[in-house]
Amino acid sequence: MTHITLDAITLSVIQAALQQVCDEMDLTFSRAAFSPVIAEANDRSDGIYSAIDGSLIAQGSQGLPVFVGVMQHSTRTVIEMIAAGRCLPPQPGDIYIVNDPYLGGTHLMDVRFVMPVYRDGNVFCWLSNTGHWPDIGGAVPGGFSASATAVEQEGLRLPPVKLFKKGVLDPEIYAIICSNIRVADQRIGDIKAQAAALLVGQDRLGEILDRYGDQTVSAAIRELRERAAEQMRANIAAIPDGIYRSKAFVDSDGVIDEPLTIALAVEKKDETLTFDFAGSSKPCAGPMNSVLATTLSSVYLAMRHIFPDVPISAGAFEPLVVKSPEGTFLDARYPRPVSGCAAEVSQRIAEAVFAAMVQALPGKVTAAPAGSSGNFALGGHDPARGRDYVMYQISGGGYGGNAWHDGLSNGCSTIGISKSPPVEIMEQAFPVLYRHYALREGSGGAGRHRGGLGLAYEVELLRGEARASFVMDHGRFGPQGVLGGKDGAVNTVTVIRDGKEHVPPHLSKEQDIPLKAGDRVRVGTPGGGGYGNPLERPTEAVRHDVVMGYYTPEEASRLFG
Amino acid sequence: MDEKVPAQSNPARSDSVVAGIDVGGTFTDLILIDGRNGGKVRIAKTPTTLDNQAFGVVSALGATGFSASAIDLIVHGTTTTTNAVLERRLARTGMITTAGFRDVIELGRRTRPQAYGMTGTFVPVIPRNLRLEVAERMEASGSVRVPLDEGAVRQAVQTLLAAGCESLVVHFLHAYANPTHERRAAEIAAELWPNDHITAGHTLLSEAREFERGVTASVNAAVQPILERYVARLRKELAAQGYERDFLIMNGNGGMISARFVAREAAKTVMSGPASGVIAAAYTGRRSGHRNLVTYDMGGTSTDVALIRDAEPAVSNEIELEYAMPIHVPMVAVHTVGAGGGSIARVDAAGLIRVGPESAGASPGPICYGRGGTDPTITDANLVLGRLSPNKLLAVDNPVTVESVARVFEDRIGLFTNLSGVEAAGAVLKLANMKMAGAIRMVSVGRGHDPRDFTLFAFGGAGPLHASALARELGLPRVLVPARPGITNALGCVVADLRHDFVNTLNQPVATLDEQQVHDVLERHRAEGEALIAKEAVKPQAIRISHSADMQFVGQTHLINVPLPSSKVDRATLQDLFEKAYFARFKVELPEIRANLVNLNTSVIGVRPQIDLSTLIDPVGRASTLKKAWLEIRPVWYDGTWHDTPVYARDGLPLDAVIKGPAIIEQMDATTVLEPGDRAKSDADGNLIVEVGSR
Repeated sequence: MTHITLDAITLSVIQAALQQVCDEMDLTFSRAAFSPVIAEANDRSDGIYSAIDGSLIAQGSQGLPVFVGVMQHSTRTVIEMIAAGRCLPPQPGDIYIVNDPYLGGTHLMDVRFVMPVYRDGNVFCWLSNTGHWPDIGGAVPGGFSASATAVEQEGLRLPPVKLFKKGVLDPEIYAIICSNIRVADQRIGDIKAQAAALLVGQDRLGEILDRYGDQTVSAAIRELRERAAEQMRANIAAIPDGIYRSKAFVDSDGVIDEPLTIALAVEKKDETLTFDFAGSSKPCAGPMNSVLATTLSSVYLAMRHIFPDVPISAGAFEPLVVKSPEGTFLDARYPRPVSGCAAEVSQRIAEAVFAAMVQALPGKVTAAPAGSSGNFALGGHDPARGRDYVMYQISGGGYGGNAWHDGLSNGCSTIGISKSPPVEIMEQAFPVLYRHYALREGSGGAGRHRGGLGLAYEVELLRGEARASFVMDHGRFGPQGVLGGKDGAVNTVTVIRDGKEHVPPHLSKEQDIPLKAGDRVRVGTPGGGGYGNPLERPTEAVRHDVVMGYYTPEEASRLFG
Repeated sequence: MDEKVPAQSNPARSDSVVAGIDVGGTFTDLILIDGRNGGKVRIAKTPTTLDNQAFGVVSALGATGFSASAIDLIVHGTTTTTNAVLERRLARTGMITTAGFRDVIELGRRTRPQAYGMTGTFVPVIPRNLRLEVAERMEASGSVRVPLDEGAVRQAVQTLLAAGCESLVVHFLHAYANPTHERRAAEIAAELWPNDHITAGHTLLSEAREFERGVTASVNAAVQPILERYVARLRKELAAQGYERDFLIMNGNGGMISARFVAREAAKTVMSGPASGVIAAAYTGRRSGHRNLVTYDMGGTSTDVALIRDAEPAVSNEIELEYAMPIHVPMVAVHTVGAGGGSIARVDAAGLIRVGPESAGASPGPICYGRGGTDPTITDANLVLGRLSPNKLLAVDNPVTVESVARVFEDRIGLFTNLSGVEAAGAVLKLANMKMAGAIRMVSVGRGHDPRDFTLFAFGGAGPLHASALARELGLPRVLVPARPGITNALGCVVADLRHDFVNTLNQPVATLDEQQVHDVLERHRAEGEALIAKEAVKPQAIRISHSADMQFVGQTHLINVPLPSSKVDRATLQDLFEKAYFARFKVELPEIRANLVNLNTSVIGVRPQIDLSTLIDPVGRASTLKKAWLEIRPVWYDGTWHDTPVYARDGLPLDAVIKGPAIIEQMDATTVLEPGDRAKSDADGNLIVEVGSR
């Protein structure tokens, strides 16, 4: 290959162009999708990957954060399996489908498409996207079983197989998938949307290659990777050398009522950060295991929250060394159940990273955010409409106080960017009535800059019978305060049946609690951790909090002096 | 609101004197068309007076030298309400809402300001202590679950009055399904409230989604007194100048409404300025035979982009003014791209050049404005590259030399990238154009349109500087630079029609749709719109009705807008139109899934008489040959090298001249750059039509 020297102009332009390819794929996928998880909640991501090893070249800026870097693992696995003859070799127009968590994934609901892009008869690179399907079969609708003990209970597991062959959907594979999932009739829409996004990417990328030349773009991709690594190293170099330790806890695995510990030691040396999870809990019986790809991605996304200016590419991850967490629940192997990894465990890993890094970068990192997706699923039968339904309520919580200001109230999960559904839409679609949907007063962790407030809501079942399931977290320990700030309020779940209150034994997780008309579910989501000594909070700010009713006068004088 | 206004000396006639006045962030622009004098045009540009925009308006009028009493109609675009929301300089407003739900407008939809970075703040339009709850509850079906506690409403009203509130919002859950509680509470409030600044949520937006409806209503109430005071001040100032008639205000939907009625739906004016620019573009394009346009208005801090198909601007019900500030009423779909002349260029830690998102804004502004700006911006790059003449800069405080600006590019960018100051400026421009093109594509031709069918309509001070390069990036074959690019928004005021938009949610599968219901809804829209237009003092020439449907496949959440041929549309036609529109957008066919009709929309437009734009150019003072129109030849940097480039004064160009790029065409408030390979020619209205050369 001829050596091409690239000037800063060409490099900057090609970087922006590759980014736009991914952004357009993201947009097409969301706008054409059926699953509200993809269309509304943007629970999807699109990117461009190396032909050689699947490493990440560029990723859409509006992709779901938890997918940062995940697809480079699954793309690499596809490349390796093809090389090993365990997967049919690619041809132009082929699209592989894969959702196996242990082959570089998250949980089964995140279904990845992987497509080769050809130039002159050779694979130039791969395009891949992930979309969260609303159902993938398994024991419970939606896939979030809080008490699964093996991956088979969580749904249909697909190794990489060609769903599209030379551009044509394989009706047999499609039939197998549809026979194994719920609400199958609309999946054809999502499959076509997911493929359409890749085809848009292929067209747009082709234009860029035609314009600048394949060799120039290849050289730029190599150079950009090196420069992203340099940029991350430059950020790291500014951190004082040392070892920063932290812990974060998952309430329980959903099966055995004991907290799971994430123990983290981050070593900063020269221009490298080494993340060591030694001492973390062993693989667990319930679905709170994390597969390696998700663990790595969680570290990456936390670092991206800290350094949002570094573009997402494999280069940015180079100076971030994650020691193999083998033997812990952060490197789960078949057949450990994993449905909780993307939604909850990933956020605890990010919280551990924040808690370690805030010691090193107190002016840049926030106290812990609520860090739960707040999944509450209600499945039942509506006698008035004569049909079954599954309702999902996701919810936000308070963000951590930080060097500049108080935490945001009711912010999205750390790993997501999705909006929660309006109460009016929920009440239209399902036989429920919300009795309140409000700021959770007093929930923000006290601090010089206090944590944001969580959410308080209560839902009543109006008709028929239903079963409630919860996959939340932070019920046992609140989001951590830092630098003298207090922890945010813990997550609370109360089920009121026949007027009697029931609290899930695992606090934040339980499955299939039977409800009948008139029964209620009351949830309080966590507040953010406080930042700095609460006694240093300006009197004016405390007074404002009291006038607004964020804290009672008694709470204010107790917490802030 | 039923005050009688004397019928106007019919200003809808084409021989009347009409003035359009647009108040922007920096300048107040005015265009006056003197119909009694053959359509003679007068133009004025005066600094915007931020404290009271009315003074700037009056001084612009004064600058025309035309007596205000001789003007038949003034149409006005204002940023009063936009600024009030963005700067939170709002009227003290209270809210009465359903028990358990007072935090809806503060909670939002669990979002954060940016995807990465866990920081950021949000300030609700109405603070929590002024949001009071009363017992009442509708179910989603519209049936009453808890009756309205009228005593509690009275008490809440009194509490809010005692707290000094000037405006009131009544926002109840599911009021779109059954508004009786909202109506009753508003009635009770009206008995006690000292003014009519009471907004019931369902009256502006009768759709589900309590956060969006609540914020829309809250913004409306909170800007009502501000807009009303402004209108009163302006009326007084205009009266002092001798103008006693009613005047019209440009709404965000691109239609005009009497200043007497505008405050009732004040939220609709938050896009007043941008909408009028798009209306002017559509009007200009229709006359000049360019019916498909991408409008491109580049200002100091941001760039506004809109799509016009077949001379109709796209309308959206889902404008978000800023983070977590949705205004869900029909408005011209203007997308704001975060890059403007003031966007700052720098080199990042990886040694790559970045442009924006930081901006020097208007203050301190680009270095070349001489107001203390020290960061190199896009405007500065244009200066260094010879595209912008140092003599043509408006609003310069202390002139700065081109050499000193070039040196900043060298020191701040060149040193780290091995480029000279000029090369660095060239790189900044190239990258800025590339990024703007990407952002524009996403909101325009990227949505399933063929760029070859579109013309880039460039206006604003900086639009024509970048237009040719952007059109190349976007694959648009031509650029239209209107005769007076710097006063396009004011022109929009002059040419706009009266307009009312209606939305009704049906949310039914097409297969089982009641065709009669569709007809009835659309006909009711028409009747309501015509009645509203009949109330205006200004009488239109004709009424134009357009209908559309927002549709989706059953199970989807996003919508596609499908124009309808008439109100008497049948199910088969709906299905067919939708499938065609969907395939055009996504290249996807889904015969296995049924279509859904979500909203029915109608626009009722009171068409005003055509205004002859050819008077925008002055045939006098034209050079006999192109060469004689040369102002100078100066070196201009195109794509890596200097070209000796002729510079023309636009007013002096021969009317039938064909200008080959490279060339620079200067006029009072804008500079148009033709790249090498471009060919430009004026049309009958004085628009410059640039055929973009191949890349």
